[in-house]
Amino acid sequence: MQRQSRDLFDASTIPNDLAPIATVLSGMLPGDWRSLRPLIDRLKCVKCGLCWLYCPVQCVIEKPRWFDFDLAVCKGCGVCAQECPHRAISMVEETGR
Amino acid sequence: MTIAADATSPTANRPGSVVCEGNEAAAIGVGLARPDVVAVYPITPQSSLVEHLSQMIADGRLKASLMNVEGEHAVLCGLQGVALAGGRTFTATCGPGIAFMFEPYVRTPGLRLPMVAALVTRDLLSPQCVWGGQQDAMVVREAGWIQMYCETVQEILDTTVMAYKIAEHRDVMLPVNVCHDGNYLSFGVTRVEVPDQQTVDEFLGPPAINWHIALDPERPMGVDPLTGGAGGVGPRTFVRYRKSQCRGMQNALKVIREVHAAWGEQFGRYHAPLIEEYRLDDADYALVTIGSMTGAAKDAIDLERDNGEAVGLIKIKTFRPFPLEAMTAALAKVKRVGIVDRAVSFGWNSGPVYQETLAALYRTGKSIPTISFIGGLAGADITVEHFSRAIALTREAQCGRVANEPVWLNEND
Repeated sequence: MQRQSRDLFDASTIPNDLAPIATVLSGMLPGDWRSLRPLIDRLKCVKCGLCWLYCPVQCVIEKPRWFDFDLAVCKGCGVCAQECPHRAISMVEETGR
Repeated sequence: MTIAADATSPTANRPGSVVCEGNEAAAIGVGLARPDVVAVYPITPQSSLVEHLSQMIADGRLKASLMNVEGEHAVLCGLQGVALAGGRTFTATCGPGIAFMFEPYVRTPGLRLPMVAALVTRDLLSPQCVWGGQQDAMVVREAGWIQMYCETVQEILDTTVMAYKIAEHRDVMLPVNVCHDGNYLSFGVTRVEVPDQQTVDEFLGPPAINWHIALDPERPMGVDPLTGGAGGVGPRTFVRYRKSQCRGMQNALKVIREVHAAWGEQFGRYHAPLIEEYRLDDADYALVTIGSMTGAAKDAIDLERDNGEAVGLIKIKTFRPFPLEAMTAALAKVKRVGIVDRAVSFGWNSGPVYQETLAALYRTGKSIPTISFIGGLAGADITVEHFSRAIALTREAQCGRVANEPVWLNEND
């Protein structure tokens, strides 16, 4: 998790029942509730970068010969698969979790 | 944003007496409280309040930023940002305006933002109507805002200033609606006393708006995050905040009393903070009123008293939080009661104040005859004659003959 530029203040100085505030970073990432995952066909990927542009959670990672996905962050929306002009991305069901 | 009040800045108003309408009295009260940002979207019958505030800012009498926004929803969203940054705010709306404001409106008390907003009460559509009534305020009575209903133009000015002190009290930290009747009070012109700026500054003290939740780079925090999942810790956290919000409301009953007492001591004008009892101590029966109708009702009570009738009046000023203790103490004194509403409870085929009075009556342990009167809808005048009729009907109300229908006071006008 990325470090905050400044330390969080001491929340214990105010009542904990007044208004909801967050002073602890939550590890809850979109990958936890994904039902479909993107699968890339490396032979079809031409690295045009459209999936990288479109991804709403910016989980597309550039690899030497293809683009891949950070599955901790990917929420499985399928926008990348829809937009890929080479049909290099398919959405497959998550199983066994 | 400058938060600290500058004692040398031109004051919003000169102390003394002025003759003005209710909306201007509200604007003068706002000026005395020196908000940092004002955002108001005009709507009848509140519009002249915006005009007065704009003029005061243009003239330099009120040193506040006037935020131009495209509608009531943006008004309150913008002001939430101001409050989270520590600024004192003001807005005013009514009727369809508060309907459009509803989403940020219900969020404000949950964030415990001590804002003040005038509600220049207006009847709700449809039928199409731009005139007074309290339906808008009654619809939002469960939104979590404190509601105080004014009887006179002077009370609007005084209550507007007091509202900031009540809202910003550490034990309360809730937004306040100062309600005044559209048309009758908003445009009713009368003489009012304007307190001097320095005394008001001392009375209010420096604002403390965002000590608990803030948009502040010095104190980085997530504002209003999800309380968690659908079970266990999530709802449990939610309950913790809701309970605290209810406690803040209950604390407000004491604070409203204290602030009204302090106001009387400082400025010599004592307004009943929660409930006003008028000629009630030796009364057999009474009317319950709310808002500006009370003036005509008191005249009617005086007339009936001259005729030897033992009738009194209970006026509700603070409706949220409901002043249960004060109300039961007042109701305990009488044997019959007629409740006059300027709004309708569609679910109960009676008035909302009527239903809540019945709830308070249960706590007195008495079952006494009651009548629901509904009047003043769509700007209708509830005259002394209407009240005299209400008094006569209440006098004749018998045990075991509880009417299922309300009495519509203006039905045959």
